[in-house]
Amino acid sequence: MSFGLLAAPLLGALPSVLMSAVVWSGTAQFAALSILTSGGGTALAAGAGLLANTRFLPMGFAIAPSMTGGPLRRLLTGALLADASFVIGHRGGGRFDISAIAWAAPLQYLPWIGGTVVGVVGANAIGDPARWGLDVLFPVFYLSLLLPDLFPERFQGGSRRARRGADSQSGRGSSAPQNLRPIIVALLAAAITLALTPVAPPGVPVLVAAAAALIGLRAPRQSGTRGSAGDEA
Amino acid sequence: MKTWLLILVLAAGTVLMKTLGPVLAGGRQPPAALTRVVALVAPAVISALIVAGTFTHGQELVIDARAAGLAAGAIALWFRAPPVVAMLIAVIVCALLRLAT
Repeated sequence: MSFGLLAAPLLGALPSVLMSAVVWSGTAQFAALSILTSGGGTALAAGAGLLANTRFLPMGFAIAPSMTGGPLRRLLTGALLADASFVIGHRGGGRFDISAIAWAAPLQYLPWIGGTVVGVVGANAIGDPARWGLDVLFPVFYLSLLLPDLFPERFQGGSRRARRGADSQSGRGSSAPQNLRPIIVALLAAAITLALTPVAPPGVPVLVAAAAALIGLRAPRQSGTRGSAGDEA
Repeated sequence: MKTWLLILVLAAGTVLMKTLGPVLAGGRQPPAALTRVVALVAPAVISALIVAGTFTHGQELVIDARAAGLAAGAIALWFRAPPVVAMLIAVIVCALLRLAT
């Protein structure tokens, strides 16, 4: 909706709506738009938009192992990927529910297009949605999906698979999360995002923050006498 | 004309980046190190999206009503409120704070 409001005066009504329909990435669209608004050229705007979307590269590779079917099927499913679907489909431990990613797509796509149309039509009639605090919806929603991954002991779901093996050996009652890595990675990613926001174009901080996951390259340190053997399987 | 070109480039580039991973690496059993990294991509990206959606405005770092809303939502979630309830609390806190300032 806010995209429609902002883009309509600059691009015209039809291109604004069409842009939402075919690009379908708020970050890229806003990034491109902000370049255009500040007087940058088309090439710069396209570059900023694409840079903002490079975060889909690691996300695509992350969901790939969970996918089945031939290349064409994977291609079509991959095209449905979006920030929120990635979060929704995420099942912990690197697994993704591909069908969740698929059904989440139309749920986001239609409101996105609809919102753009409303924004374009309503232009200045509608105030800023931020006034009503609606912009905080996404962070809280994301948080609700992040917490089970960080504290699987407290929240059900998350990496059930890894936990089951560990529980049977150490017994219940250890309230401390046994795998600190997701927490470390989340904090690191948050710090990277904060540090890069003032200096990098929109979208880039999130992309670079994804690199925090690279600490997984190192084999997990065995904290107890018996490591979680499941990790190595 | 330039606008249409921009839209085309953005659309094609976005689809390419979304589908490259699934097409190249789909359905295969990845090596253990890759699995560990992939397991951590989600926490990293989600955490970054939360921070970007809460504490940034364009290229500025800000602490505004969204931070209060997120904090309220986080407390609710920690005490196992359903996500919808936590989101509602966050929006109310955020809106009230904006109304007051």
